[in-house]
Amino acid sequence: MATEGGVPAILGRKVGMTQVYDADGGVIPVTVVQAGPCHVLQVRTVERDGYEAVQLGYLDKPRRLAKRSERGHVAKLDSKAAKKRAAAGVEAPAKADCEPKRFVREIRGAAGALEVGSVVDVNSLEGVARVDVVATSKGRGFSGAMKRHNFSGQRATHGVKKCHRALGGTGCSAYPSRLFKGVRMPGQYGNARCTVRNQKLVGVDAEQNLLLIRGAVPGPNGGYVVIKQTNKV
Amino acid sequence: MSQDILKHVEASALKPAEETPHFEIGDTVNVHTKILEGNKERIQVFTGVVIARSGSGAKEMFTVRRIVAGEGVERKFPVHSPRIAQVEVVRSAVVRRAKLYYLRQRSGKAVRLKERRVDRTAKA
Repeated sequence: MATEGGVPAILGRKVGMTQVYDADGGVIPVTVVQAGPCHVLQVRTVERDGYEAVQLGYLDKPRRLAKRSERGHVAKLDSKAAKKRAAAGVEAPAKADCEPKRFVREIRGAAGALEVGSVVDVNSLEGVARVDVVATSKGRGFSGAMKRHNFSGQRATHGVKKCHRALGGTGCSAYPSRLFKGVRMPGQYGNARCTVRNQKLVGVDAEQNLLLIRGAVPGPNGGYVVIKQTNKV
Repeated sequence: MSQDILKHVEASALKPAEETPHFEIGDTVNVHTKILEGNKERIQVFTGVVIARSGSGAKEMFTVRRIVAGEGVERKFPVHSPRIAQVEVVRSAVVRRAKLYYLRQRSGKAVRLKERRVDRTAKA
């Protein structure tokens, strides 16, 4: 899966939806995502971590807002412990030497030619036909069964009283005298990790760091998204 | 900021300014649409009154209404679609609102709109 530049994946931010025309003049609804450039902050290897992955960071975070650990993650910081380790001859891990990042995610897969400090931009998705998009869906709070699970609710008339949007019966009677686990009920809806798979990648604008993805992408405009080559066959 | 990005993306989907059709609400227009039949392209013309424009940028649409065999027919076209070859204004009318949905309730002579004389030769 890994190409010359490493894994075909990138971090970005949803901008909004619009439409463009294809070669035949048909309308394609697209979500515009501003993606990259991302720094590689860490490379996971089988020998050290037990798995292979590349850690990417997107968007600079002002240093005054970043924690010391976040600053130390991207660049070398002076500390007593570091000095002691250096004196003892322990090799310090490589650092990306960039600003602290707002959005950091790991992408599973071999690093290929990528190493700590290298930059991933939208060109890494050049030639990729379809992508998976991972994001946090819009939070809808504590929602009823109609909105959350597409239940039908109850009738508007025929003696239904004040329970038109109620979910109805949830269990049995004397036997088993309890509720089965996993019965769909009202509860928190949205604000959860959500993946949309196999979305067509319509266009790549390397100049403005934009990706055009056919169809909708989870989350609000301005929300962070992870875009990678689809694993669907 | 994000609006600027969307505008930039839409710019590629828009027709150039001189090719963008110019018409107003209440105009009677001939809409020339390209239609693919097998692999032959031909032009189909839909004639009617523009009763609404909606949306903006690349998403802008217009609605054309006409009466076919006593039945009202409305078609909605994207302004910037490459499949719209031409929008020809045949006649303009005096109208006082942006949406002429009231024409749907009318039939016969009441559908007529008062003509607005425009010197088309000067424009062209």
